[in-house]
Amino acid sequence: MISLIVFLPLIGALFAGFSGERFGKEAPEIVTSSLLTLTAFLSWIVFFKFAAGGEPFLIFIASWITSGTFQADWMLRIDILTVIMLVVVTTVSSLVHWYSIGYMHTDPHRSRFFSYLSFFTFAMLILVTSDNLLQMFFGWEGVGLASYLLIGFWYQRPRANAAAMKAFLVNRVGDFGFALGILGIFVLFGAVDFESIFNGSRSIGNFFEGKSQEILPFYDLLHIDFLFWKIDTVTLICLLLFMGAMGKSAQFFLHTWLPDAMEGPTPVSALIHAATMVTAGIFMVARLSPLFVLSPFAMTVITVIGATTAFFAATVALVQNDIKRVIAYSTCSQLGYMFAALGVGAFSVGVFHLFTHAFFKALLFLGAGSVIHAVSEEQDMNKMGGLCSYIPKTYLMMLIGTFALTGFPLTSGYFSKDAIIEATYAASFHSSAGFYAFLMTSMAALLTSFYSWRLIFLTFHGTSHISSEIKEHIHESPMIMLVPLFILAFASLFFGFIFKSFFIGKNYDHFFGNSVFPSSGTAVLDAMHHVPFWVIWTPTLAMISGFIFALLLYLKWPNFPSRLAEQNIFLYKFLLNKWYFDDLYHFFFVRPIIWLGNFFWKRGDTFLIDGFGPDAVAARTLDLSRIFSRFQTGYLYHYAFIMLIGLTFLMTFCIWRILG
Amino acid sequence: MVIWPVISFLIFLPSLGALFIFITRANEGEDSLNARWVALWTSVITFFLSFLVWAYFDSSNASFQFVERYEWFDGLIDYYVGVDGIAILFVILTTFLIPICILASWNSIKEHVKEYMIAFMLLETMILGVFCSLDIVLFYLFFEGCLIPMFFIIGIWGGARRVYASFKFFLYTLLGSVLMLLAILVMYWETGATDIPFLLTYEFPEKLQIWLWIAFFFAFAVKVPMWPVHTWLPDAHVEAPTAGSVILAAVLLKMGGYGFLRFSLPMFPLASSDFAPFVFFLSLIAIIYTSLVALVQSDIKKLIAYSSIAHMGFVTMGLFSGNIQGIQGAIFQMLSHGLISAGLFLCVGIIYDRVHTREIDSYGGLVTRMPVYAFFLMLFTMANIGLPGTSGFIGEFLSLLGVFQVSGWVAAFAATGIVLSAAYALWLYARVVFGVLEKKKLIQINDVDWREIMTLAPLGFLTIFFGIYPRPILNFTAVSVSNLVEHYNSVMSISREMHLSLMTGL
Repeated sequence: MISLIVFLPLIGALFAGFSGERFGKEAPEIVTSSLLTLTAFLSWIVFFKFAAGGEPFLIFIASWITSGTFQADWMLRIDILTVIMLVVVTTVSSLVHWYSIGYMHTDPHRSRFFSYLSFFTFAMLILVTSDNLLQMFFGWEGVGLASYLLIGFWYQRPRANAAAMKAFLVNRVGDFGFALGILGIFVLFGAVDFESIFNGSRSIGNFFEGKSQEILPFYDLLHIDFLFWKIDTVTLICLLLFMGAMGKSAQFFLHTWLPDAMEGPTPVSALIHAATMVTAGIFMVARLSPLFVLSPFAMTVITVIGATTAFFAATVALVQNDIKRVIAYSTCSQLGYMFAALGVGAFSVGVFHLFTHAFFKALLFLGAGSVIHAVSEEQDMNKMGGLCSYIPKTYLMMLIGTFALTGFPLTSGYFSKDAIIEATYAASFHSSAGFYAFLMTSMAALLTSFYSWRLIFLTFHGTSHISSEIKEHIHESPMIMLVPLFILAFASLFFGFIFKSFFIGKNYDHFFGNSVFPSSGTAVLDAMHHVPFWVIWTPTLAMISGFIFALLLYLKWPNFPSRLAEQNIFLYKFLLNKWYFDDLYHFFFVRPIIWLGNFFWKRGDTFLIDGFGPDAVAARTLDLSRIFSRFQTGYLYHYAFIMLIGLTFLMTFCIWRILG
Repeated sequence: MVIWPVISFLIFLPSLGALFIFITRANEGEDSLNARWVALWTSVITFFLSFLVWAYFDSSNASFQFVERYEWFDGLIDYYVGVDGIAILFVILTTFLIPICILASWNSIKEHVKEYMIAFMLLETMILGVFCSLDIVLFYLFFEGCLIPMFFIIGIWGGARRVYASFKFFLYTLLGSVLMLLAILVMYWETGATDIPFLLTYEFPEKLQIWLWIAFFFAFAVKVPMWPVHTWLPDAHVEAPTAGSVILAAVLLKMGGYGFLRFSLPMFPLASSDFAPFVFFLSLIAIIYTSLVALVQSDIKKLIAYSSIAHMGFVTMGLFSGNIQGIQGAIFQMLSHGLISAGLFLCVGIIYDRVHTREIDSYGGLVTRMPVYAFFLMLFTMANIGLPGTSGFIGEFLSLLGVFQVSGWVAAFAATGIVLSAAYALWLYARVVFGVLEKKKLIQINDVDWREIMTLAPLGFLTIFFGIYPRPILNFTAVSVSNLVEHYNSVMSISREMHLSLMTGL
């Protein structure tokens, strides 16, 4: 059954990709969507089986690479962490498939689109079911490829192409770290499958704590020399792996690709750039949690980067005008929350937020898609407004999504996001990074509420800025697009409440088993339940004040925001230009690299190597032969004269020798 | 065991085909089809013959198989051929690619078809000879012999600057091999033998090893090519006809790597280990420097040529890591690069045949009219980047894994190739295939026809197949490589003990 879950999307992708429209125009979309729905059902069955208490197991598919002692096989690993991801991926993916049938209705390349979507799902499923790091890397790069293809789906738009390339390249920078991390793991543990990594981590942990005196086989490798310092190998490996996670999950420094990725069709943004692919980094860290807990320094880095991202992305989201970009920065910020939770050791809390976020963020994106669909592909919120009466169902869905995102009590975001803030507070007693994370995530909660309501007010309320031409065409989306929204809205409202006991309640250790490092080991989850009253109310308070600010600024005094922007023009520009990251990268990386390339080519290859190498040899040879050819004058008397001179010398020499 | 001299048959069958083409009436016009068909059939039969060798090959045996030995030159030099688990793979790569080359030249070569096909058939004989020779002089003869047909293929059927390119190619490689000839003579004086299996077991004194290693290194480094003796390659590729580029990138470059594997590593292990840091250094320069240069090229073929140099950097790096993963990775990388670069050059050839320019700026938006072509180019581009699931990944990853065990720093610098290769390859793809189709010359462009699909599909299939299931290759090389590594390590540990005992003696 697990194999079916993983490979049905691949079959769909191949069918849609290679058959095209041979079996009718609708065949590719119907086939892929139906297959995905089937996988989603199967995943839920597996999920409930596990929730009732199932044992983790492995499925061997085929051998892959065997070289000397290195071995990596095609193998599926099913435990609770995998199953959670299976449910998230297949559910959102199947809904996005159905939604896309409506959304992409007029696109001439639908079969290609559905093929990519299904291929993405397959790669994502491989990623979450992998039993070793190399197979995970396969899925990791597979989703990267699918993301690249889908961002650049409208290949005639130069901006879409540029965004696709940027996404791939920035991710590759992360992969550079990930790949080196895998190599390091092999050298340290002698294997790359998870069981060996966990066992190895356990013995290192025991060794560090002084529980075990046995000499570890890799004792020599625990520290490496770097110039004059001794570096803890585990920390180095964790940081390298986290670099990969930062790329994929768009964390601070490597986040620049995610907002640009919005050039892709909106269902893609919902599936890949909100619900699933970008959470791969979270998944990876949670999966390798037994390794990460060995390195307090790496955990601190994760906390700080996560918390910074949560705050930074939220500030940028405040001033963006493109509806999709606001949600994109919001995704970035929420991913930061998840990392902050992982960093303080509350792995199950991070995974819980991943779970709930997938549904409400997909809802927001698909809702935004429905808005864009309604106003003839317009994405600028300044050209919208007052839409709530035109598309009431979409409006309602967007409201539910916003409630969940801002953490309105009893919605799913309320449980997971507040839990993160509490966890960071609980951690702040023994680490200053925890306190930093608490501050940042609390402030970000305020900002989140503000930009979310700003989005709602600008789009659906206030005076309408829609041209009359477009106004005639405004229509509510068809049922095939709305039903997925309803289902997601249901999940956004109730999943937090339903599943919270599994993730953060009393059952979590039992539920998670050994699939993530037991949170009781880090004590954060227990401390979390005893945080003071004011901490519990902080996020809710932040949410309410954000709502009030947005209400005042965008409904009461609609002229105030632009005045505010004029008064603080530098701050506004700073935020609008996303803290100038793109410009900095362009200046510090892109331009020097192009310059270096040209320098090496023109100066290195052409001037230095060819100029002094082959071309010089050829030229000198020609010069020499030209000189020598001058002797070949063809005049008899020249030759005779030379001969005479030669003869004279020879005779002189002989006579001199004989006499001497 | 097969009794009949199958390896000799394999080597000289293409020459027989060349002779046949020579005596048939196959000049210009209608008759030139004869030359094409004879060449195609000969190469296809040769391929099946090599497949037969592969099927009967015993992969659990590290020694040379299908061995033939006849006296030649009064016992001084023998005609001595055979294959082991490494050589057989290169033989199959060659015989597999030649029919594809013939097909790729089907319409694009219009003049002197007869001579062209003869040159290609002779080239196949020479290449197969290189990989099958078990006598070092015989190896040298074939190694040099490859230059002649290739020289003509570039010089006669090439582009505008073909004469410059062919001479540069010829002289560079010739100069390198002259030193190898000297080394071979020295080895003969030292041992009195020229047969390779014997030389593999002979232990050369350390001083001599170093000189011999340097001499061989020149010959092979030019062939690979390694920085800074690489500048002949971009010129040769740019000017060569499509099939010439394919065979040059896919097979001829591998002769350098094969040489390191057959001679430098096992025969001069001490020198190899002494020089390993030097090789790593040059490999890193090759990976980073040429990737950067590839980034700024405006000529498609030149870009791919530079990317070839970068990929061969992984090969040399993996080989000299001296462990199983590194060497198997390097072999895998060579074979996989054979498939991928062949595919890429074929793709360039396809649009060159239609538009007659290699300038990147003359293209754009091809996917609108050529979706099948865009699919194949995407496949080979991704394989070139080393995406997991394609053969390119396995080779790069194993080479990195090998070298990481020797030095993390080298691996870290080499891994920047992951980012750079993606940059130049994707940028090229975006400029050629994506965008709006608006250039006048491209508006009527046609997608690939069946003949072209026949050339691309097998390569594409194998690229993915070996990416997902690399076992056939890894299994075939496992015994030979672990044999090699054991020998290498035992020599190293003996020399280390000797050094230690010397130290304690003092």
